Amino acid sequence: MSEHIVTAFTDELEHLSANLLRMGGLAESMITDASRAVTTFDLELAREVIKRDKAIDELEAEAEQAIIRLIALRHPMASDLRAVLGAMKLAGDIERIGDLCKNIAKRCLELTGDENRAAVKGIERMAKAVSHQLQIALDCYLRQDVDAAINVLDLDDDIDDHYMSLFRETLTYMMEDPRQIGSNTHLIFMAKNLERIGDHATNIAKAVYYMVTGEAATAENIQARQGTRES
Amino acid sequence: MDGNVEDFVETARNKQALNMAEMTKVDCRHIDVFYDEKQAIYDISMEIQDRAVTAFIGPSGCGKSTFLRCINRMNDTIESASVKGQIIMDGADINDPSIDPVLLRSRVGMVFQKPNPFPKSIYDNIAYGPRIHGLAAGKSELDEIVESSLRKAGLWEEVKDRLAAPGTSLSGGQQQRLCIARAIAVSPEVILMDEPCSALDPIATARIEELIDELRERYCIVIVTHSMQQAARVSQRTAFFHLGKLVEYGDTERIFTNPEDSRTQDYITGRFG
Ligand SMILES: Nc1ncnc2c1ncn2[C@@H]1O[C@H](COP(=O)(O)OP(=O)(O)O)[C@@H](O)[C@H]1O
Ligand SMILES: [Mg+2]
Repeated sequence: MSEHIVTAFTDELEHLSANLLRMGGLAESMITDASRAVTTFDLELAREVIKRDKAIDELEAEAEQAIIRLIALRHPMASDLRAVLGAMKLAGDIERIGDLCKNIAKRCLELTGDENRAAVKGIERMAKAVSHQLQIALDCYLRQDVDAAINVLDLDDDIDDHYMSLFRETLTYMMEDPRQIGSNTHLIFMAKNLERIGDHATNIAKAVYYMVTGEAATAENIQARQGTRES
Repeated sequence: MDGNVEDFVETARNKQALNMAEMTKVDCRHIDVFYDEKQAIYDISMEIQDRAVTAFIGPSGCGKSTFLRCINRMNDTIESASVKGQIIMDGADINDPSIDPVLLRSRVGMVFQKPNPFPKSIYDNIAYGPRIHGLAAGKSELDEIVESSLRKAGLWEEVKDRLAAPGTSLSGGQQQRLCIARAIAVSPEVILMDEPCSALDPIATARIEELIDELRERYCIVIVTHSMQQAARVSQRTAFFHLGKLVEYGDTERIFTNPEDSRTQDYITGRFG
């Protein structure tokens, strides 16, 4: 798309999206590190992840200020309006992802180190799937790619399945050995947090869908869109 | 059984309400306008709804004013201008030779960019039209028309104690509302406004916009504006003109959130002038 006549407007929008991508990158690394802290029982790393959440909060506050400025001073319209509204959603979702990672790291500090290995492995697998999903979601934001965004929505079902199977598995271990209940409960909550992170990545993909198409990412709209492309 | 009949009546009523809301007041068909040899409007067809505000937007020189002037045959007054095509209002072509343009202009009022009160009293500014069109039987009826027009234009409270003062003694915003009152006084069906707020400050502009919003319950209003924010604020439908063509026409909300045409998109996001 061509540039705005007022070039500062284009600059501000670009600055905003660069900021969001930085936030997103930070969130991605928090997922990976929180999961590594759990699997390697690295409490130092867990504390480090907890600290990193502050940086995301600050970036979110900065993005919010930029968005308020853009709306108040530039009166964005049409695709610009959607870009700004989408940015607002993204900032909120990424900030929540930061919180959820922080919560995983905090729970990591409560582990004993002798949790069921299979369950821990499950967390690692799930974290991988979720950070992959977030990475694709951020990538389709960067490239404003609707088709990739639709794929992200599909990935979410896998993550829900991951969560359900991890939940059932851990429950079985707990029933077999009630001494494990305390720390394995933390694992279940971690899995729940990862599942929620997946939901936020899905929200990001939906926001991209809206930004690009101007339509809500409902099942009907997506189907209609895929229908017209195939025919 | 009863329930079914009620449902049926209810559906019919809703349908009617819907049709009422979407009734076409002015149906423009294949309009071309030339200034001598030079074509300014290219084959524009559009239906303008009654009891709604339609905004015309587009870069200057794209033909908004020219097209607007077709609707009350103001282009007749421009020597070099010639108009082709049909404009159907309530079933009749306004360009038909049997239509008296003076009468037409009482049905289709116009408000201009710069407030242009007559150099007469506030009272006479309003009374002039009803007088020449013979709309009032006597002094008291005329008084009533003057008062109700000024009330509808939201000006009555401010001027009721100085109706004899010259119209030009009012502030810019008041003068523009006076011109709107003058347009209303002859009971028009359509009101055309060509950049009515461009000479006004933001407060006076807001009052005119508020007035436009009230008037749309009774009239078919078309407003040309160079302010997209204004179009977004006051209109239900927006038409985007570019180089004498109608590029896109639709619900204002959609035009400003999700326009179809890339030229509309570029214009309203400030990508070309
Ligand atoms: N009276 C006129 N005589 C000759 N050309 C005119 C006249 N009025 C407008 N034009 C030309 O017609 C085109 C459309 O003008 P106009 O309708 O005033 O555009 P807008 O209202 O969108 O700014 C422009 O190129 C303008 O120069
Ligand atoms: Mg004009």
